[in-house]
Amino acid sequence: MLEIKDLKSRIGDTEILRGLSLSVKKGEVHAIMGPNGSGKSTLAQVVAGHEDYEVTGGTVRYNGQDLLELAPEDRAREGIFLGFQYPVEIPGVNNAYLLKAAVNAKRKHQGLDEVDAFEFLKLAREKMAMLGMDPKFLNRGVNEGFSGGEKKRNEILQMAMLEPRLAILDETDSGLDIDALKAVAEGVNALRNPERAIILVTHYQRLLDYIEPDYVHVLSQGKIVRSGDKTLALELEERGYDWLREAANA
Amino acid sequence: MATESENIEHLVNRRYEHGFVTDIATDSLPPGLDESVVRAISARKNEPPFMLEWRLQAYRQWLEMREPEWAHVHYPKIDYNEISYFSAPKSDEDRPKSLEEVDPKLLETYDKLGIPLHERARLAGVAVDAVFDSVSVATTFKDKLSEAGVIFCSFSEAVQEHPELVRQYLGTVVPRRDNFFAALNAAVFSDGSFVYIPKGVRCPMELSTYFRINAANTGQFERTLIVADEGSHVSYLEGCTAPMRDENQLHAAVVELVALKDAEIKYSTVQNWYPGDENGVGGIYNFVTKRGDCRGANSKISWTQVETGSAITWKYPSCLLRGDNSVGEFYSVAVANNMQQADTGTKMIHIGRNTSSTIVSKGISAGRAENAYRGLVRVMPQAHGARNHTQCDSLLIGKQCGAHTFPYMEIKNPTARVEHEATTSKISADQLFYCRQRGISEEDAVNMIVNGFCKEVFKELPMEFAVEAQALLNVSLEGAVG
Repeated sequence: MLEIKDLKSRIGDTEILRGLSLSVKKGEVHAIMGPNGSGKSTLAQVVAGHEDYEVTGGTVRYNGQDLLELAPEDRAREGIFLGFQYPVEIPGVNNAYLLKAAVNAKRKHQGLDEVDAFEFLKLAREKMAMLGMDPKFLNRGVNEGFSGGEKKRNEILQMAMLEPRLAILDETDSGLDIDALKAVAEGVNALRNPERAIILVTHYQRLLDYIEPDYVHVLSQGKIVRSGDKTLALELEERGYDWLREAANA
Repeated sequence: MATESENIEHLVNRRYEHGFVTDIATDSLPPGLDESVVRAISARKNEPPFMLEWRLQAYRQWLEMREPEWAHVHYPKIDYNEISYFSAPKSDEDRPKSLEEVDPKLLETYDKLGIPLHERARLAGVAVDAVFDSVSVATTFKDKLSEAGVIFCSFSEAVQEHPELVRQYLGTVVPRRDNFFAALNAAVFSDGSFVYIPKGVRCPMELSTYFRINAANTGQFERTLIVADEGSHVSYLEGCTAPMRDENQLHAAVVELVALKDAEIKYSTVQNWYPGDENGVGGIYNFVTKRGDCRGANSKISWTQVETGSAITWKYPSCLLRGDNSVGEFYSVAVANNMQQADTGTKMIHIGRNTSSTIVSKGISAGRAENAYRGLVRVMPQAHGARNHTQCDSLLIGKQCGAHTFPYMEIKNPTARVEHEATTSKISADQLFYCRQRGISEEDAVNMIVNGFCKEVFKELPMEFAVEAQALLNVSLEGAVG
């Protein structure tokens, strides 16, 4: 589904990704771990198409297409979803309004009829019930005055509504207390299916106690320095990242 | 960021869609202004002597006044002798009685603007007094209104048919010498609308007028007078668009509203005059004096405006709260894009006891535009228990525009409660990326954010107008992304 080869990217004059390769197939859950500044979030932003990140080398193919050719909105409509580390507030814009616009932008792209307000609300209520969310959420401004946990849960709601083929969740666990973390993890688990790939970007192993990955990759200085199964995450928890960094430099 | 400003440049450079000139022969006065022009205008309209006298006094007062310079706007000096002060469609003699008789070219113009007059009137039940180049050419739904006793006609017609009402109320809210532009208007106003709602009558439909400037080099001097007698209620809608042209056009309208005891007037405007090209060349200068007088107890006047057009807007719809318990409201969305300059706001003058006013102003600046809010809240010594709430928000799109807020408060009664809130925000690259990552295009995202910002004002507009206003805002900001 996603084939990243020797990807290089920089922001301004700072080179961040330095030849990263990663292959993700449908139905798989990959965890990307690594110390601060290793390029985890950059990878997420580059795949989503953030224009501040310049791609200086390598290729990214997504279901056979050259992903780097697509505008961010087209990537989204093709089924790529990024759960943001810091979801932005959009005061005055109703959460339901944004969601409906997003759902319909995607449906239109797929040649489907747009959903009307009635169908949309029905769908949204179903998903919210599944995620254990209060329907009042819909009537608030997008992330406006949301707590950290509410913002992350709102990201998961958007993911549930948009039914992406590839979901990248960037530090979805950061800033959450244990109850909020569990709730978010349950939501993600409910959205796992054989057609959908999920990439979890995380600093800590803790999230992986609740969402079990098929693969774990360790990123250091813009490259994947080690890949393994979930036991690699446990090893990292024990030994930290330094031994890997040394291994990479060696 | 480079990408950000490039986007702004690219997207801001949209052409004005409603720019075209309808080719209708006009019967105009040559450019220039002196007493003979004032007399000629009055004579052409067969006005009674009191009107001529009123105009002449205004003209003499205007000669002694100076053009105001305090507004936060810049424009080349206007030569008032280069303006033609009267132009009317040729068909003035035999005005059409129905749409079939209306010049098809004019109907075509309305079509281009997306204002299918007939359909709109039928579907929305709106009576339309279409002011086309200073003289009304089509009036509909008159019968239904006259059944209710409502007078809704062109100003010229009111002067002929109801001179006593005109004489009683004209200039009582905006005096002839109120300001430079009001005095000019009083001297040379060509036409406009007149509304009278009798005692206890609730006007059976929304009243609407579409103003349109068409003849080249014709200053437009509209005059509107709305009188709501005791216990009556009326909602009046005004909307405008104008064709593209090269020379600046001066527009100095006057609107006077009078609400007597227990009466309510709701005045809504959607203004979309040609703002000039990317460099601000050719746009309309819009210097308007709008004022409402809550003359009776428990009366209410509510101004709602969506201002997207004009090169320069100078406009402060105001309320004189004279009646005890009277209420004044001002809800405004002012958009300035490219080189547009807007200096707009309101004045709330509290005179009666327990008067209250609400001001909600939303200013949106994009491109290199300058948008200023200028508001005055004055509580007079006798105005016990006055209350005001002002909320003044600015939204910036891009990095080259400006927002300015000039609130003035003069409180001379210690029982007054006056609140002022102001915010300034910016559409951020992060917000746009967030929306795009959800599959929403950049333009749709901007529209969504802007409409969210303006929601409080839009909800004050009558339903069909709110939809139009939203569409207009989207067109005005097409491309203004930052």
